[in-house]
Amino acid sequence: MRPSEGPLLVAAGLSRAFGPLQALRGVDLSLAAGETLVVYGPNGAGKSTLLRLLAGIMRPTAGEIRVGGRLVRPGDPASRRGIGLVSHHSFLYDDLSLLDNLLFAARRHGVRDAASVAGRALDEAGLGARVHESPRSLSRGLQQRVSIARALLHDPLLLLLDEPFTGLDGASAGRLRASLARRAGEGRAAVLVTHQLAEAWELATRVAVLSAGRWVLEEPRAGAYAAFAARAEALLDA
Amino acid sequence: MREAILAAFAIAGKDLRAELRSRTAIVSAMVFASLILVVFSFSRDPARLAPADLAPSALWITFAFAAMTALNRAFSVEREHAALDALLLAPIPRESIYLGKLLGNLAFVFAIEAVTLPLFAVFFNARIGASLGGLALTSVLATTGFVAVGTVFSAMTVRTRFAELMLPVLLLPFMIPPLIGAVQVTVRLFADRPLSEVVGWLRLLAVYDVVFVTLSLVVFPSVVDE
Repeated sequence: MRPSEGPLLVAAGLSRAFGPLQALRGVDLSLAAGETLVVYGPNGAGKSTLLRLLAGIMRPTAGEIRVGGRLVRPGDPASRRGIGLVSHHSFLYDDLSLLDNLLFAARRHGVRDAASVAGRALDEAGLGARVHESPRSLSRGLQQRVSIARALLHDPLLLLLDEPFTGLDGASAGRLRASLARRAGEGRAAVLVTHQLAEAWELATRVAVLSAGRWVLEEPRAGAYAAFAARAEALLDA
Repeated sequence: MREAILAAFAIAGKDLRAELRSRTAIVSAMVFASLILVVFSFSRDPARLAPADLAPSALWITFAFAAMTALNRAFSVEREHAALDALLLAPIPRESIYLGKLLGNLAFVFAIEAVTLPLFAVFFNARIGASLGGLALTSVLATTGFVAVGTVFSAMTVRTRFAELMLPVLLLPFMIPPLIGAVQVTVRLFADRPLSEVVGWLRLLAVYDVVFVTLSLVVFPSVVDE
């Protein structure tokens, strides 16, 4: 999937209900190539649901999503080709080695020369000496590094990140920021959801606030973090 | 199409590699199968019931319950760390996930059956050499039928609270037709009856496979999509 002329990601009227619970209510968003949208919201605001919908893992109750101009549908595998996801789950198999985990991920995404790509990704994550170990032998932070490496294996046009800094030490968080900035420079887009806005503020080209499933604010990042944070908190308290 | 088939083999290969590394399910299935054979063997009154009368039922009950172990594990490994989400995110058809899981489960169950059969021959003093070809064919046809249905139910129940209880409850009614067919064929094979007597049952098993593999392929995407 190549970047198209129009917005890379468009979501229109996106809603999702779980029985009587309305997790997301008519979210509209648009993201151009090279943009990074940081979505801020408290626990239970619908951030993870939003990412699962954008990834095509979950069907929306209403609305539609287009990535690179193509409608994202569960029945259309090619529509998910350009999407990567870093979830708050690792997506790793404890009974496979780190290398086998990444090899399997690379193969299911059709990555060419999967073995060398997977090995290089683990080297870059600082785990080159532990490729034959199981994920269960790693700390939470190291597992997060592997998860990030896994999501980037196929160089997705759109990267979705759910609280990606969780468990990462300062150096690893810095490497992730540098990687996201480099990808943005190459025309890749990202949607990052967090309840720790300060960690992601410098990465954002746009910022949005999600509260109780509603898109209550979206604007280009400008000015100081403290001023935006105060406005966001006021909106959440309202 | 080629990509879809390669993806299915990648998923089956991943499951088998994980099982070879952990050996959790295969060991428990083997122990379980051996226990069933021991219980059947020693619960029989030799004066009133010949081994040959009980052998076909004992064999297929052993195979069926050993298969349940594999099916219980099939999607529970995908639930750990939400790995199923990564499969659903991949640019592969949902049908490839089903086929991959089916192939992995079949390989697992056939391995258990291959190990259990000699044990069965010992416990029941059965001469399986002459009927080995027929038994292998029956095993392929019957096992494919109930593993095909079981793979869908495994995906269906994995998100429920009592997955390991729900799976047998849902699956057992669907296991009855292939098990009846398999027992009927096995009875005749052990009695050295001509192959023409079992062709009808084998056809029935084959039809069951075609119908339920096709239905499972159709149903599976809506089972895994939230």
